[in-house]
Amino acid sequence: MTHSALPDQVAGDFYTNNFAKNAQEGSLILNLGPQHPSTHGVLRVVVEMDGEYILRAEPVLGYLHRMHEKMAEVKTAAQFIPNMGRVDYGHALGWNWAFVGAVEKLAGIEVPERAEYVRVITCELNRLASHLLWWGAYLLDLGAFTPIMYAFDDREKILDILQAPTGSRLTYSYFRIGGVAKDLNEDCLSRIRAFIPWMRERLPMYKDLVSDNIILRKRIEGIGVIEPEVCRRFGATGPVIRGSGIAYDVRRSDPYSVYPKLDFEIPTSDLMDARGRYDVRIAEFEQSLRIIEQCLDMMPEGDVLVKGAPKPSWKAPKGEAYFAVEGARGKIGVYLVSDGGKNLYRTKLRAPGFCNLSLFAEVSRGTILADAVAILGSLDLIIPEIDR
Amino acid sequence: MNAIKEAIKTVSDLWSLMVGLRVTGKYFLEPQRTVRYPWKAVSNIGTFKGHLELVGGGQKDPFKPRCISCGMCALACPSHCITVVKKKAPKPTPEEEKALAEAKANGEKTKDKAPKDPEKFVYDYSLCSLCGTCIENCPAGALSFTGNVYMAGYSRNDFLFDLVVKLRDSQAPAPAEPAAVPAETSEA
Repeated sequence: MTHSALPDQVAGDFYTNNFAKNAQEGSLILNLGPQHPSTHGVLRVVVEMDGEYILRAEPVLGYLHRMHEKMAEVKTAAQFIPNMGRVDYGHALGWNWAFVGAVEKLAGIEVPERAEYVRVITCELNRLASHLLWWGAYLLDLGAFTPIMYAFDDREKILDILQAPTGSRLTYSYFRIGGVAKDLNEDCLSRIRAFIPWMRERLPMYKDLVSDNIILRKRIEGIGVIEPEVCRRFGATGPVIRGSGIAYDVRRSDPYSVYPKLDFEIPTSDLMDARGRYDVRIAEFEQSLRIIEQCLDMMPEGDVLVKGAPKPSWKAPKGEAYFAVEGARGKIGVYLVSDGGKNLYRTKLRAPGFCNLSLFAEVSRGTILADAVAILGSLDLIIPEIDR
Repeated sequence: MNAIKEAIKTVSDLWSLMVGLRVTGKYFLEPQRTVRYPWKAVSNIGTFKGHLELVGGGQKDPFKPRCISCGMCALACPSHCITVVKKKAPKPTPEEEKALAEAKANGEKTKDKAPKDPEKFVYDYSLCSLCGTCIENCPAGALSFTGNVYMAGYSRNDFLFDLVVKLRDSQAPAPAEPAAVPAETSEA
């Protein structure tokens, strides 16, 4: 469909029309991707094509907007925790942590030490699950079907472990203001201990199966090059900025919880392309396993929830607080303003995926459509998180 | 020289495909990892948080809820999926009324006769986000999650339960026979 050959009213909806205004003569406007709201996690991108090449691209957001920030205004702080599990289904515990961390900072609540370790362990396990989901789904996007079977085999083990303390498999609401809902029992800890060597054994297999594969290398090497300066300009975080060679990780740059006590590295890659981001995430598997291993050894006995933890009727003190954690996709930030009333006055959620996605319009310019899909996947986007 | 390099590179590239195929072949010969569902079920259903249920054991009766109808759960719930209906006090008989008036006249403290267990405990599973806030805030320990993972229904109303009825019905094993209604709960 050439947009110029058709009258405006049949040339598509508002976004397409608006986008088509600046189109070049003879170019093709293409809507990429499904956007039906009932399918969770899909993205619509309007692209202007010249043959096989992309002239311009524009992501269309808002299909999964669920007003989480507005909902925070009508719920008390403790009642808002279930929402945080639903912002990003991939790394739900990262969001749990960002919110309860912000409330704890605002109210000056000390978290018991054991709870901090429990948080780190579960959060890192969730990060592994999130990276495995990305790994399987990304390769599925690139046309490789088998890897997702291997990824979900391992991911299933993590979900089984996390199901014991949290009771759910995807949208966790496990953290509480002042601790966590349930302690990790001995059975759960022994399963985590058994999981670490299992996962370590799987990593070389992943390398053999996919990472070294010539087809994958040809697909992702040298495409989607993002200069560090561009990353900074767009506020990209997480594996995207680390794949461009900047060792920025909230766990080290703005340390929280017990991360300063733990010994781990921040993997980076100087390749700056889709391959670089791929390598960073693969390297993070090992680092997460290292963190969990250390936490299991260092974990003290004790309570996991502070005494007198806030009840749903608890009112946050007047003031404001910002707390950021490192999620699987980057820096998750929660900014709270409280006027001392029943509900929080304002809750601002900073989603890493939003900034990472905004890079796409910049990077995809001039690439082949097939490469654009590979670039989009390498940004590891979870759409509900972007729309919130 | 370049041609040789090129040839070696091609061979190593092709070799990477063989390595991948070897992994696939190895796993092909391994036992099945998935569970063949209708014939076999996964082993960890017990830790799953299903819908809410009332814990029995009120007044030493395992089918009477321990709930004291305080309404803390309904207040705590972020999604407003719980409605607790309190039982009304049974209408006093003329003799009781007389005794009550006498007691009041003598300046004695009168005891509220209203039973504590709820008349109705309406729970809308379709709204519930299974966060457990109600359970944590229950002073009587009267709520818990079930491990029911097989919940399915044809309409929205299938997910609207009265948990008191559900608990009472759980004593009747055969669904064909309607559960005997205890006299004390039916009169209220």
